[in-house]
Amino acid sequence: MTTKKFLYVNRKAPYGTIYALESLEVVLIGAAFEQDVSVAFLDDGVFQLTKGQDTGEIGVKNFSPTFRALGDYDVTKLYVEAESLAERGLTKDDLQDIQYEDEDDDYAEKPSIIIVNRAEMADVMADQDVVLSF
Amino acid sequence: MKFGVVVSEGPYTHQAADSAYLFVKAALDNGHEVPRVFFYHDGVNVATRLSVPPQDERNIQENWTALAKDHDVDLVVCIAAAQRRGMLDENEARRQGKTADNIAEGFRISGLGQLIEMGIQTDRLVTFGD
Repeated sequence: MTTKKFLYVNRKAPYGTIYALESLEVVLIGAAFEQDVSVAFLDDGVFQLTKGQDTGEIGVKNFSPTFRALGDYDVTKLYVEAESLAERGLTKDDLQDIQYEDEDDDYAEKPSIIIVNRAEMADVMADQDVVLSF
Repeated sequence: MKFGVVVSEGPYTHQAADSAYLFVKAALDNGHEVPRVFFYHDGVNVATRLSVPPQDERNIQENWTALAKDHDVDLVVCIAAAQRRGMLDENEARRQGKTADNIAEGFRISGLGQLIEMGIQTDRLVTFGD
């Protein structure tokens, strides 16, 4: 099968609309196709990766633990835009610690989150074959 | 060129389904191929055959059904998104024990894999949504 570079772009907050959840569903299904997958988080999308999410009082499912399982699906490149974090008063420490096991490096645990600035994010996008925006 | 198209917003509320329709028609008229259109998020609501818009308005579902018939475009409705929103074909209605189905002619319900496959098999993927 042809291998293409897929980028899933997440721009919206995790709750309030369904886009974030239905984006994650595409990422998980897409993993079975063995493509070169990256996921981008910018604008309010950076809130999707924050730690300590608790949806108990709003009656919707907290799907944030699923992000930590992405490594098992070979989804290991999560690009987060630095400006989007800063504009929302967030730092890298507010995000979940998401890791993957690098099978080419004796299964060493490595961070999946890559903080990039706006210009670098543009380069990431320009480098893709298929961009799906949520 | 071979285009894949995604519609990710609902009909009438948002212009995504209209713009996608016009884009697909223009692409086909200009000799391009559009083998598949994938309906996701509220875009799945385009596929209901039960909508009855006023007679002096366009009928978005009928436009798509006619396009699919005339140009052999595969209109795929995401099953996970569809089930959340009450969009069922005959098989799914029976399987889920529901008393009615509502998928219009020319549309079919299938999985998200069809979206990924479309991305792999086409030259450009174009999304109509927010």
